[in-house]
Amino acid sequence: MVYDLKSAKEPPLKERGAIAWIRHNLLSTPLNIILTLVSIWLLYIILPPLFNWFVLDANFAGTTKAECTNDGACWVFINQKLKLFIYGFYPESELWRANLAILLSGLAIFLVASEKTSVKIKATALLILPTISTILLIGGFLGLEHVATDRWGGLLLTLIISFVGIIASFPLGLLFALGRQSKMPIVKTLSVFYIELIRGVPLITLLFMASVVLPLFFPDGVDFNKLMRALIAITLFQAAYVAENIRGGLQAIPKGQYEASSALGLTYWKQMRLVILPQAIKVAIPNLVGSFIALFMDTSLVMIIGLYDVLSTVTLASSDRDWLGLGTEGFVFVAIIYWVFNFAMSRYSVKLEKKLDTNRRD
Amino acid sequence: MSDQNKIIEELPKKEIIENSKDLSKKMIELDNLNKWYGEFHVLKDINLKVGEGEIVVVAGPSGSGKSTMIRCINRLEEYQEGIIKVKGVEVNSDVKNLREIRSNVAMVFQHFNLFPHLSIIDNLTLAPVHVYGKSTKEARETAMYYLNRVNIAEQADKFPNQLSGGQQQRVAIARALCKSPDIMLFDEPTSALDPEMIGEVLDVMIGLAKEGKTMVCVTHEMGFARKVADRVIFMDAGQIVEENEPETFFNNPESDRLKTFLEQILAH
Ligand SMILES: Nc1ncnc2c1ncn2[C@@H]1O[C@H](COP(=O)(O)OP(=O)(O)OP(=O)(O)O)[C@@H](O)[C@H]1O
Ligand SMILES: [Mg+2]
Repeated sequence: MVYDLKSAKEPPLKERGAIAWIRHNLLSTPLNIILTLVSIWLLYIILPPLFNWFVLDANFAGTTKAECTNDGACWVFINQKLKLFIYGFYPESELWRANLAILLSGLAIFLVASEKTSVKIKATALLILPTISTILLIGGFLGLEHVATDRWGGLLLTLIISFVGIIASFPLGLLFALGRQSKMPIVKTLSVFYIELIRGVPLITLLFMASVVLPLFFPDGVDFNKLMRALIAITLFQAAYVAENIRGGLQAIPKGQYEASSALGLTYWKQMRLVILPQAIKVAIPNLVGSFIALFMDTSLVMIIGLYDVLSTVTLASSDRDWLGLGTEGFVFVAIIYWVFNFAMSRYSVKLEKKLDTNRRD
Repeated sequence: MSDQNKIIEELPKKEIIENSKDLSKKMIELDNLNKWYGEFHVLKDINLKVGEGEIVVVAGPSGSGKSTMIRCINRLEEYQEGIIKVKGVEVNSDVKNLREIRSNVAMVFQHFNLFPHLSIIDNLTLAPVHVYGKSTKEARETAMYYLNRVNIAEQADKFPNQLSGGQQQRVAIARALCKSPDIMLFDEPTSALDPEMIGEVLDVMIGLAKEGKTMVCVTHEMGFARKVADRVIFMDAGQIVEENEPETFFNNPESDRLKTFLEQILAH
């Protein structure tokens, strides 16, 4: 018995396009239908007033609170305080330096994230550009006014702390992750001790300790500024989480990978660098990005040692006598800033995961 | 030029040397090897000498210590008593010895163990470039030569998971060959493969055997053993129970344990 070859037909109408999508995703079961209706009703309740507050009834023009006569948001406040929110107390005439520094560091991130640059370029960019940015921000040479770090603030400070925290904690965390897997008992014990100690303590405690305890280790007169202390505390803190995330990745690597690379003659460090870590870090990326996002938001805790990050500048501005009662606008503004950066990081991580996924079959 | 660096030079155009065996020249020597996993005595007084170009097949029931034994030869496992020498160099914790041994001995695993994050060609060039100091160009040429030999050159730019099991194992063999080792260890190279792919891998191994590579193969492929082995070794409970040349081994087994074992594996 022989059968004829059949040609492919289109699926029935109700399985096609938007209709099919709605049927499968919104109306598939009675419960689903109820949930869909409830969601539509909630959106109907919430969205119009929000839109009114944000846009239709909002105040955009003006320079003082008195000009905010409409019921909606008073964006005039944000507009007037924008420099404070972004640069803190960085001198107004020197803002170009802050802008250039952000631009250069942004360029470094771009070069590192780009698929087209070689490892050499990435490493150089990561080493040189932030260094130039730092020198530029501090100044005190070639006629550039010296700007002490306690005048740095706002989003600028948030970005600096996050950038340094993420970049510096990575190699440190990597070492602790490898240490924790080490066959050498002392290295292993020290790593476990460090990781568990740090993870058992909230960041806020570490920041306190950094501002009180760290100076004790240095001779009197060594100027150990607040920002430096915060950076050290945050880096040490984040390193423990990076270590745990990478350890999770390491545990996902089958024993055979170690054996095959050893059998080929790779020494420990080459084995790690070329075979194990590329795979382990790939597995760890979602968790790593998650912890970097958490760090980005945790940087707001530096306010307790007297640094003015973007959140504390908003707090500060909304207690300004001329602008009392405008906290909501300020905090909505900060929330949007945080969201934009976090969303970018999480999108990038998804992209990176896809790119590194060599398990596809095509 | 060090021993590790002698590698590939003459290989790409090397003629196949038919049966260049010199059994008097010892490539691997296991002398009274004993190994324990904690309290468990896993290898008991193993004595085994493998000559140049010799093909030794190791068989035995699961858990008898076959893998453990061959993994001691390239020091994937440590041992507690006795001595192992590879080309006269003692296998011990000495870093220099270890380098020399790892460059002389290659291993092929049951589960291939290709590096999934690297393309096939990069799997092959990794060790030559990063361990044995070859230029990328030279390493790629050698790699392509061996990929051709295992009939898989057209897959060079794919990733391991895009290949079938049989193809992956052939790539693993090519990868092992890229440092032109004198000795090849195989640990059940076909037992994770679907039946229709076993042949293609065995063919590659038979080719190597004919070329005069020294080989120790843990395998239950008795057809392979019959065709190329100089000696077949039967292990049980951590010791060598019987060894013989293939004809006698299969046709006139002496010990009851081997008889039972042969009945079992030939039954299906
Ligand atoms: N890392 C280990 N720790 C403790 N015991 C082990 C370890 N590795 C293997 N063993 C034990 O040693 C014995 C020998 O194992 P081995 O893997 O050498 O056997 P095998 O002959 O290769 O068996 P198979 O045919 O199943 O591969 C087994 O009983 C196994 O359970
Ligand atoms: Mg085994």
